[in-house]
Amino acid sequence: MKHRSFFWFFLPTATAMLLFIAFPIVSVLIQSVYAPHEQVIIEVENCGPFGCTATTTVDQEATRALREAQPMGRFVGLDIYFNRAHLAVSEIGALWTAAPDLGTFFSRLLGLPFYGALSFTLTYTFLVTPFSLMLGFVIALSVNALPRILRGPTIFFSLLPMIVTPLVGGLILFWMIDSRGVLGAFFQYLSGDPDLSVKASTPMMWVMLIVYGIWSSAPFAFVVYYAGLQTVPQDTLESAMIDGATRWQRIRYVMLPHLLPLTTFMALIKIMDNFRVFEPIISFQASAHAQSLSYFIYSDLGGETRLLSSAAATSVLTIIGIVILLSPVLVRTWRSFGKA
Amino acid sequence: MSTTVADRRPASLRLALGAFLVFWLILAAFPFLWTLWGSFKVEGDFFSRADWMNAVSGTLTEAETGAPFTGDGYYGAWVQEEFWRAGLNTVIVTVSVVVISLTFGTLGGYALSRSPYRYAFWLLIIALVFRAMPPITLVSGYLLPFFEWNLWGHLPTTIIVLVAINQPFTLWMLTSFFRNIPKDLDESAMVDGCSRFQAFRHVIIPVMWPGVITTGLFSFLLAYNDFAVTSMLLSRENLTMVPKIESFLGTTQTRGNVMFAVASVVSVTAPLFILVMFFQRQIVSGLTAGAVKG
Amino acid sequence: MNKTLRGLTLSALLGGSALAMTAGTALADCGFAEGRVSIIGNEFPAIRAVADRAAECAAGGVEVNANLTSQHQTLNVAGMSTTPPEYTSAIIANSSIVALINDDVIRPLNDLVAAYGDGLQPHQLITINGDIMAVAFMANAQHLVYREDVLNDLGIAVPTSYEEVLAAAEQIRAAGVMQYPVGGAYASGWNLAQEFVNMYLGHGGQFFAPGSAEVTINNEAGVAALEMMAALTEYMNPDFLTHDSNATSTEWMAGNVALMNMWGSRTQVLMEPEGSAPEVHTNTRVGGPLMVGDSGVPATTLWWDGWTVAKNASDADAEATFRALAHAIQPDLLNDETQQMAVWMIEGYEPTPVSSGVLDTISAQAQPYPMLPYMGLLHTALGDNLAPFLQGRASATEVLEAVEAAYTSAARERGFLN
Repeated sequence: MKHRSFFWFFLPTATAMLLFIAFPIVSVLIQSVYAPHEQVIIEVENCGPFGCTATTTVDQEATRALREAQPMGRFVGLDIYFNRAHLAVSEIGALWTAAPDLGTFFSRLLGLPFYGALSFTLTYTFLVTPFSLMLGFVIALSVNALPRILRGPTIFFSLLPMIVTPLVGGLILFWMIDSRGVLGAFFQYLSGDPDLSVKASTPMMWVMLIVYGIWSSAPFAFVVYYAGLQTVPQDTLESAMIDGATRWQRIRYVMLPHLLPLTTFMALIKIMDNFRVFEPIISFQASAHAQSLSYFIYSDLGGETRLLSSAAATSVLTIIGIVILLSPVLVRTWRSFGKA
Repeated sequence: MSTTVADRRPASLRLALGAFLVFWLILAAFPFLWTLWGSFKVEGDFFSRADWMNAVSGTLTEAETGAPFTGDGYYGAWVQEEFWRAGLNTVIVTVSVVVISLTFGTLGGYALSRSPYRYAFWLLIIALVFRAMPPITLVSGYLLPFFEWNLWGHLPTTIIVLVAINQPFTLWMLTSFFRNIPKDLDESAMVDGCSRFQAFRHVIIPVMWPGVITTGLFSFLLAYNDFAVTSMLLSRENLTMVPKIESFLGTTQTRGNVMFAVASVVSVTAPLFILVMFFQRQIVSGLTAGAVKG
Repeated sequence: MNKTLRGLTLSALLGGSALAMTAGTALADCGFAEGRVSIIGNEFPAIRAVADRAAECAAGGVEVNANLTSQHQTLNVAGMSTTPPEYTSAIIANSSIVALINDDVIRPLNDLVAAYGDGLQPHQLITINGDIMAVAFMANAQHLVYREDVLNDLGIAVPTSYEEVLAAAEQIRAAGVMQYPVGGAYASGWNLAQEFVNMYLGHGGQFFAPGSAEVTINNEAGVAALEMMAALTEYMNPDFLTHDSNATSTEWMAGNVALMNMWGSRTQVLMEPEGSAPEVHTNTRVGGPLMVGDSGVPATTLWWDGWTVAKNASDADAEATFRALAHAIQPDLLNDETQQMAVWMIEGYEPTPVSSGVLDTISAQAQPYPMLPYMGLLHTALGDNLAPFLQGRASATEVLEAVEAAYTSAARERGFLN
């Protein structure tokens, strides 16, 4: 395709992405190296319904002068990236010198917010992604074996975890896994421990979040694989059968290679989504047990005093993390691009 | 057809697959069916912390309303809180998002699939990096300019933002789909004297529907389930269903409103059931045509 | 607390007689003919009632809108910082007003109060350095809520301190009445931080070095506050770190809890017959604020909700906004329904049995939640870092160090510390 016609075809989508994603990303990058001005604090008397107290406030007159001198704020370079809430470089140095052995060092390292969140996020990503793809694949195989008449309703019910609004779905599941909820009672019955509580223990909460993640993203994999299965070339399958290939060998050597491009695509999307895990942590009130980078952004932007630069730095780190995770897939795409 | 292969499966395997499917369907549908049942109870029963059996027997529902089932949640949501307004907004938003993002996406995806140059690859990668940006950061960045230019609160603003956020995924899916349509089709049309756009219009558009419908399903679900964008960018009267449901919950859950949310969730799933039943053949055939290939 | 003292507190708070009630109400005549009023605030019934009353002023050239949403804190600063602003007023509390003051988006109301503030009581005016920045209309506080039947059956006196709560809880558990008799909103995040703020103030602690943003919580009072919290959690449902005030109320209504520290604004609903068994709602009583240690300061904080006017609003819009909202909180706001919604700081408000908890807390001279520019940063740092101690994964000093480090890094970024 000529450059000229390419330009016109690509213009609408490029404009939309440029305006609403690229510009914000640039402003986020800038935001992350600038911090708000020093605030001039003065002591004042504050009166209200409950009497008067001595308090402090920001001296707007003095701060305005600073603000006008440097409208962007203070340039802080990569300070915010390296501070305790993010990469915590100096804290790690201190831990390294203070820790008696490697074990202590790592356990203390996970006490730093960024690394603690990373440990959960990576565990989540590397468990949920493969298991949800596998579950989706097996569901697709089973639905494929169904009589045609049953497929419609089965597809709908299989899609339910993806369709029901996570907001309320989370609220209902949160109640269900309560120690007095229907699933909580079921778990207690299974384990024979009447005091078992999923919400009270960190390992159980992690398992719960991961199971929820697999449950809610399996439908996506199922739909894509189910459709992919329809395109498996029948003649190849049949010739494999004639050659005496077992059922497993047909799946292993015919179906899976055929579905590989689909798998790559879904892994790409799912790794990206799982690395940004956030909604289940809010819905399950799990922040005491598990945190993620997206949760930090939410917390920075949702507090009474908002930390815009910190949220910007965390967002940039998220993008970098995703690019690192996806780089093997990207290299593969790069190699296959010429052949396409 | 796959049925011919399926027919040859031994009975034991079909039984195992069937049992697995039943297990999965229970797992997938149980929370929803439980919610459907509970939406006809009062809050004290459905969210009982005393004993989950209350939700089945409806002890408090009976005591408070005189019957084991009540439609109060539905009445409150639809009549009292005018949930249909949010439904209307959702229809406007989802239909517009699906139509616009598919239009932009097919044009862009077609161009990417037909370009032999390296920059096409890099554009795809950049789109992927764009998708990595956490949406909450994007949305909080929009607020100030949108307020400044008086764009905040209106449905069109939200629609174009959702379209933009959705473009990377749409582009990836549609590009791989167009790669599976033989180049000869449109190139021979161009040899016959068509312009690039005429070739796209007369040759590609008629054969692209299966892939477009599949991509449309995912665009639809994104727009339909979105909370991060709609809750922050829409004014109260323009709220779509998901943020409206959240407003029933609020930070301080007002008595009874929680059941409005539960009833709303059940009611919004019903049209989706009809939609999936209606479109399932298209969805599947769309993917069948080899839509998503990495 | 006896009746006379409560009456005194009330008249001190509300500024006098109920005579104003007899003054006739001229509905929808707010006395001005044009202007744009646009309100943003949280979504709950009392604020809705105020916004609805402000909307009565909409007529002719006056336009009144209200966006009440749980996202209000994210939207209000951005929505008030443009010219003209999307929102001419934000309804806020004493914790959230500082974000508006820090970003300089609200205007002093001195001139408007002088011109149109006749109906307002002096104690409703929130002043900073002599400038009126907000007008308060309701009060709130956390205080004890207890089950009268459970305490009476075991002959336990109503606790007035956390030490007595612990003793009572032990008695209730030992008698086999309830396994987890204590409730509390200890959900990790905002709620947990709020409980620490209460307990730390109750131990006589100071959050910051006087006049500076230097945090000072890693001390004896901080450790004692955390240890008391840990002692209480022994008597709480093991899921306490996931229980916000909604979940705590649900626990109460299920009859699982006999003692809890709860928001005054949320107790009315606990006494209503819907949602709980008769022995629960008929025996729900409110107590006073709980003390801890020997500091003499109650372990709780006082809160108000009020409204502000945007700095960037034109003079006409600012005047319209002020007058519409002043109209909204006139005594005729109060009727049988709205009386129940909150502890109103409005003339003619008659305390209900529920409101005694908040009023007792006020008269016990609890401290107001600190209105400091950097308190929000500390609150977030507390909410994110205290849980490991209550889970037994870290010591009290370790988590307090973590809180101080997290706060300091945030305060540096925000320019409060160098």
